[in-house]
Amino acid sequence: MRRILAAALLLLPAGAHAKDTLSVGMVLEPPHLDVTAGAAAAIREVTYANIYEGLTRIDAKGDIKPALAESWTVSPDGKTYTFKLRANAVFHDGTKFDCGVVKFSYDRAAAADSVNAQKPLFAAIAKTECPDPQTTVVTLSQPTASFLFNMGWGDAVMISPKSAATNKTNPVGTGPFRFKAWAKGDRVELVRNPDYWGEKAKLSAVTFRFVADPTAATAAMLAGDLDAFPLFPAPEALDQFKADKRFTVDVGSTAGKIIMSLNEAKKPFDDLRVRRALAYAIDRKQYIDGVLSGFGEPIGSHYMPGDAGYVDLVGAYPYEPARARALLAEAGIKPGFAMTITLPPPGYARKGGEVIAAMLEQVGITAKLAPMEWAQWLDIVFKQYNYDATLIAHVEPRDLGIYARESYYYNYKNPEYRALYEKYLAATEPAAQADLLGQLQRKLSADEPNVFLSTLPKIGVWNAKLRGMWENAPVPANDLTSVYWAE
Amino acid sequence: MGFDQPPFWRYLAWVGRFALGDLGTSYTYSVPVSELIGERAGVSIPLALMAITLSTAIAIPVGVAAAAWRGRPADAGIMGVTQIGVAMPNFWLGILLVLLFSVRLAWFPASGFAGWGGGVLQGLRSLLLPALALALPQAAILSRVTRSAVLETLGEDYVRTARAKGLGPAAALWRHAVPNALIPVVTILGLQFSFLLAGTVIIENVFTLPGLGRLMFQAIAQRDLIVVQDLVVLLAGSVIVVNFAVDLLYAALDPRLRHRGAA
Repeated sequence: MRRILAAALLLLPAGAHAKDTLSVGMVLEPPHLDVTAGAAAAIREVTYANIYEGLTRIDAKGDIKPALAESWTVSPDGKTYTFKLRANAVFHDGTKFDCGVVKFSYDRAAAADSVNAQKPLFAAIAKTECPDPQTTVVTLSQPTASFLFNMGWGDAVMISPKSAATNKTNPVGTGPFRFKAWAKGDRVELVRNPDYWGEKAKLSAVTFRFVADPTAATAAMLAGDLDAFPLFPAPEALDQFKADKRFTVDVGSTAGKIIMSLNEAKKPFDDLRVRRALAYAIDRKQYIDGVLSGFGEPIGSHYMPGDAGYVDLVGAYPYEPARARALLAEAGIKPGFAMTITLPPPGYARKGGEVIAAMLEQVGITAKLAPMEWAQWLDIVFKQYNYDATLIAHVEPRDLGIYARESYYYNYKNPEYRALYEKYLAATEPAAQADLLGQLQRKLSADEPNVFLSTLPKIGVWNAKLRGMWENAPVPANDLTSVYWAE
Repeated sequence: MGFDQPPFWRYLAWVGRFALGDLGTSYTYSVPVSELIGERAGVSIPLALMAITLSTAIAIPVGVAAAAWRGRPADAGIMGVTQIGVAMPNFWLGILLVLLFSVRLAWFPASGFAGWGGGVLQGLRSLLLPALALALPQAAILSRVTRSAVLETLGEDYVRTARAKGLGPAAALWRHAVPNALIPVVTILGLQFSFLLAGTVIIENVFTLPGLGRLMFQAIAQRDLIVVQDLVVLLAGSVIVVNFAVDLLYAALDPRLRHRGAA
């Protein structure tokens, strides 16, 4: 009997001693780990600030902070940026970080054959030069107000020429954590980088585990298998966690805008009346209450409440089904018109699809729901533009620029908007910038290229003893550089 | 890729590469499929073995006991419990086990697989709950099959003869009735083992285990067709191998089958 007890004790978890490891839950697994070659937010949630760093970085508050650039100066015309680089930064594979790396990274991202998901960020760069190894001079073709912010995005991180080709499976950066292993479908493991140039990470090892099922995620947190779930997929279980002293529940904001994208290249979505009708037909409050458990703010344009230059346009399209029906009739859409809404895996889309289909039914539109996995969604909707409508959260910060692109998946091609955006990019005065930002938002609200629904809340649950987790997510990231366990 | 070749040739080329162990490269992960399947088999095969061992260890004694106590309250009790076991879906049982042993008591992890790197015990610990969730419903079916098979042999002439020669009821049961009842039991076991290898999809999702079932699920969802194709062939192959092993076991269990050709 005693032997059985001893064996049973061995099966129990090891006793409590000072913990310096962390296991973090994530709903989605990244398709690969090269942040400069894919749009998936999951890549950033593993690698941003942990493995890869850029010249600048965006901190928990959404502010621009120096990273691999120690400091910088901007020329009076706003076109020339001179960066002073960190002298002691080294890549995980031993490659030295210097201006050659900066030039390589920016040239590669801007190149014609670049696979960077945010290539337009680099379009303004006319040339990158190296007067000496510790200095980089970037010349822009036109002043770009958001340049320093843009260079803090995951897409603008520094890549070693030696490892550029293999970063997808073996990411190499300059960050405070090194990549250790990736068990596909299960986990990615990182370890502390002992040769980090700055303050070393307090955690010795980090495991990102992929738990897609909300029930399994809840159980894994309650059982203590996971220490943190920064984007927790089961808002309905939050009350249980709030009542439990072992956990901290954090409801913060992201840069995410949940929208119903419409394919303007397809009839009848090219018709402004139809797009407006859809905007009148959807009750944003009901969507937020029913789908996001009330966490989320309605939006009237592709811009976050609280960001510089925000204009409140939520009232532009109140919930008025009668008006929607009238507009549809005017556009020649007969009751019973069928459209398909493609739904990627997150709850805001899968649950949201049901809610929105029920609302559209009220105005005589039959919405067929087509649930898809990410890979399929990225291919069919994002690459091939082959869809009617889709529910999606755009998590990139301050991304009004996507409506000025030559070609993007919702096919909004408006010369007036583009002209406005060019003007905004060229504006250097803060007041003029804010004014143009307001005009851009009003133009989007008037054209309603997509139906703007809600902000994407960041619902995080983690161990109450954990310190230094991001409360908000201004960029998609799980920055663990200053996370530690309180005694 | 050989797309200029006729489909038949491409098929033959694929079969040829498959036979040589080259399973191709996953579209999603850009790594060799054999590597993916190898990683996952390290979870699924131990899980299936554990489940089948538990299931057998529970079902045979219970089934034999129910047969021996036929008609008594204990038999009725066992039959009642096994009826619940047959009716209970394994994923539901899995959720209940997690609620009790992981969330409430915190004895076992609720999800994930610790890996074999941290020692065999750590690995077994993370597999015990899913193995139980798989094993109990199977044990319920198996014990009912065992009971009816043993009841049948208990009514045979040779058992009565053994009893008439003075053999005790227990000895007659274990020496004569049970060995002769094993054929249907082994048949069901073989079917269950095949099911366990291929059919753990739901349990692996409930427990977030990186096994073959979950790989199959993810591969189908992500249209990673090369992985689906390889897995289907491998699982079909393993079913054939298990069936063959069961056929060999028949011969070992029943001498009459061994000598049929000679007779």
